[in-house]
Amino acid sequence: MTTGKTQTSAAAGSLFDRWREAYARAGEREAALETVSSAPVTALATPADVAGTDWERDVGLPGQFPYTRGPYASMYRGRLWTMRQFAGFGSAADTNARYKYLLEHGQDGLSVAFDLPTLMGYDADHPRAAGEVGRCGVAVSSLRDMETLFDGIALADITTSMTINSPAAIIWAMYLVTAQKQGARLDQLGGTTQNDILKEYIAQKEYIFPPAPSMRLVVDTIEFAARSVPRWHAVSVSGYHIREAGSTAVQELAFTLADGFAYVEAALARGLQVDEFAPRLSFFFNSHVDFFEEIAKFRAARRIWARRMRDRYGAKDPRSQQLRFHTQTAGCSLTAQQPLNNIVRTTWEALAGVLGGTQSLHTNSMDETLALPTELAVKVALRTQQLLAWESGVANTIDPLAGSWFVEDFTNRMEQEALTLFARIDELGGVVPALEQGWFQREIGKAAYRYQRELETGRQVIVGVNKFVEADEDDHKLEVLKIGIETEKAAIATLADLRRTRSAAKAQAALSRIRADAQASVNLMPAFMQGAEAYCTLGEMVDVLREVFGTWREPAVF
Amino acid sequence: MTVATGAELVARVRAGEELACARLMSLAERGDTRFGALHDGFFRDLGRARRFGITGPPGAGKSTLVEALALHWRRAGRTLGIVAVDPTSPFTGGALLGDRVRMGRLALDKGVFIRSMATRGVFGGLARATDDVADVLDLFGRDTLLVETVGVGQSEVDIARSADLTVVVLHPGGGDTIQAMKAGLMEVADLYLVNKADLPGLDRLVQQLQDILGLRDLPPDRHPPILTSCATDGLGVAELAAALDCLHAERAASGALAARRAENFERRVRRLVEGRLRHDVWEAEGLGALLAERISQGLPQPAHGLSDEILTLYRKRTPES
Amino acid sequence: MDEPIRVLIAKPGLDGHDRGAKVVAAALRDAGMEVIYGGLHQTPEAIAEMAVQEDVEVVGLSVLSGAHMHLFPRVVELLSAAGAGHVLVTGGGIIPADEMAELERRGTGRLFGPGATLRELVEYIRAEVGRRRAAARSN
Repeated sequence: MTTGKTQTSAAAGSLFDRWREAYARAGEREAALETVSSAPVTALATPADVAGTDWERDVGLPGQFPYTRGPYASMYRGRLWTMRQFAGFGSAADTNARYKYLLEHGQDGLSVAFDLPTLMGYDADHPRAAGEVGRCGVAVSSLRDMETLFDGIALADITTSMTINSPAAIIWAMYLVTAQKQGARLDQLGGTTQNDILKEYIAQKEYIFPPAPSMRLVVDTIEFAARSVPRWHAVSVSGYHIREAGSTAVQELAFTLADGFAYVEAALARGLQVDEFAPRLSFFFNSHVDFFEEIAKFRAARRIWARRMRDRYGAKDPRSQQLRFHTQTAGCSLTAQQPLNNIVRTTWEALAGVLGGTQSLHTNSMDETLALPTELAVKVALRTQQLLAWESGVANTIDPLAGSWFVEDFTNRMEQEALTLFARIDELGGVVPALEQGWFQREIGKAAYRYQRELETGRQVIVGVNKFVEADEDDHKLEVLKIGIETEKAAIATLADLRRTRSAAKAQAALSRIRADAQASVNLMPAFMQGAEAYCTLGEMVDVLREVFGTWREPAVF
Repeated sequence: MTVATGAELVARVRAGEELACARLMSLAERGDTRFGALHDGFFRDLGRARRFGITGPPGAGKSTLVEALALHWRRAGRTLGIVAVDPTSPFTGGALLGDRVRMGRLALDKGVFIRSMATRGVFGGLARATDDVADVLDLFGRDTLLVETVGVGQSEVDIARSADLTVVVLHPGGGDTIQAMKAGLMEVADLYLVNKADLPGLDRLVQQLQDILGLRDLPPDRHPPILTSCATDGLGVAELAAALDCLHAERAASGALAARRAENFERRVRRLVEGRLRHDVWEAEGLGALLAERISQGLPQPAHGLSDEILTLYRKRTPES
Repeated sequence: MDEPIRVLIAKPGLDGHDRGAKVVAAALRDAGMEVIYGGLHQTPEAIAEMAVQEDVEVVGLSVLSGAHMHLFPRVVELLSAAGAGHVLVTGGGIIPADEMAELERRGTGRLFGPGATLRELVEYIRAEVGRRRAAARSN
């Protein structure tokens, strides 16, 4: 019989023993009784499990160090989380229409998904882009596309999150120039660029350049934001993708925070003061199926970050110590079978994010295992958040699970395990050396393989897939979104026109400047903005960088 | 496959057809006896290609090095055949062949043919197949062959010794030298390459190597060269290529190459014969079943007496087959 | 004993999400197959070349980017042009059922969507390769 961590002898004496006997007599049902990360779960938590916790020091109050209960004093009683649905597909015009639809239906901020050619720094007319244009996000090859994307949307009045990594600095430059052309000042603009290159090497694999010049680009954006775009979050340090690649919850927690600290150290090495930039670092986590594991993860994340920022990096500004994060419900938890079940999964994953104190939230649509979501599916996903916010009551109190022996104990354990992983990373020489050795990638691969085998033995359960399976399921019932080939053709035509009508001289001059600045230790953002204004294409600017920085190939994978 | 189609396949390989080359290699890998007959038809045309064995402990960066060497020689107009060998799992019988993925810069270059092979068990089974597969590349017209293996265990050392020259690749940090010594790897090296020379511990490793070599009974001018490289940055690769070319030419001129090839040939034929004998005794003659049956009667059994019995039965039976 | 089945696992196009490809590669190895891991960001041309040189019987592709209608048929086409039309092209990713059917019509083998088990995939490959080997022998 296992009861998780019940070996604490200080447990409530004979009462506990009596319970244990009764429990043993009752027996356990046929199930693994562990989390989706294969972690053990305490059967019954008691005060003894949190006997070592110093409530003021370790849990505290919202808006107070170490922010375990939340970064803000009022949390959702003061302001609800931002409902920010990730969207983007096809052409800039198509996406612009979807943005207007979402804003009309009550979404607070915009979130941009780019297509693979854009993410990998290729123009829509590049041979390697064939078949991929506009398929999993919007195609942006130039400032013209960016202008179309936000046509009729005042960038000074909203915040925009852009999920872009390797070419993030260039895409951001296009965004900034677009806003300026609308008449906005840089200091009015708020938003986020994901721009977390470390997790690309580790998990998502949308890398272009090697780690060192990529880190330089990230620090350029951090520095430029700190000095010129003060409301902007230059980096969204991400665990979402690490989790989607198959990591456990603890790995997601530890690897993400380790990446965050690596950026802090890189910015400090550049000569920036920690409180100059750290307040605008943000985070992005996954919210997966194990409800309490996720909540514990979020709370542990805040505590770990706060402590290390203050104690190791000397951060004094509370905003440097407060870990603020966006959450997306787990894509990899969705099933193609019985897709309506996904609405339910997304609901409790979203709830975990809320009870974990997220600052913004994306809820997945039910049909995303099949294709990009339809309007109806997206609306249901958005309504899910609105229902939680306005009907469930959970937003009417702050960090209600604090004080739960179970949740606090779980939070403590996740923190401890994360610290152990930090030590391992340090042994390997730090985040960049470890990823160059393929350590993260191998650990994640092992976890993914183990999970898949546990799924196939039935140790892990997915309803509709290995339990409660419906034999003659017809998933044709859901109409899925199809992207036609016209998008690619139109994008190619736009590029041809752009190259014809722009000033070739200005474009050349801008590209030369990018090359020169890339070779020197100069912040590249001004050069990228000049390139954007001159209607240099994304591919042209990235190609210059490919020449100067080189390209990256993965180390040993197995 | 008829003799006619076999001959056709060989003709297509000579004509430079990639698919035929790959097919003939598979025939060799399968241990298909028809390969032997075909080989007997083309062996006289072999020997033009220079064969280099690249071995060493895991983590030394062999694949990256092979890629860098290949790129270097391609720029000089040479044509390459690369055989990358990885171990078969003794438990599952499967293998993950992950070397060519590290040679991505060679993709789509018709002047480089890369073949991945799994060791498929011990008892010299692989050694035979690797030689045969390399021969097919020679027939295909490649002038330079690189055979890459992981240098742990005996069969990998065998593979290395089927080459004209063998490079043992080490890297600083990780107790490599001691490991390599135990594996007998140090015996096979014609040249040592310390890769990842930018890592700490380089000088110490080179010193260790020099010390070990000093212990052998060779005059200093006959010590194998020790080179360094940083294959990922392309450093030291040109020097390695030059050293290999030079050493190969020297040995060709002095007759040492011919002597080496003769030694390798002898080893190869012995392996082939022993491999077939092994197969004959246990598989073809069903004596493996006899052994299993005796064991199932319960130990102890006389090991020597039983071996005598089995051999006697084998010698009695062979005239019939 | 049957010859080990040689399989090439690769990701064509720009999609880098390799969790599935790596899990499948490990599973096929554990099922006794020889898996040549072709890696990420491969062009269809490079995949066809690898398949020819390695004389594989199976090519497994993973595409999650939506570009499958372009990439799968392209690989099938290139293999055929290279004289390797006998190679089984299978794989998976984010592919709606009707598009899977269309791809099969255009020359792939069975494709596997989310929720498919490793066991199903292994059994399919063994059965299909077995079938093709038997057919080749009787010719």
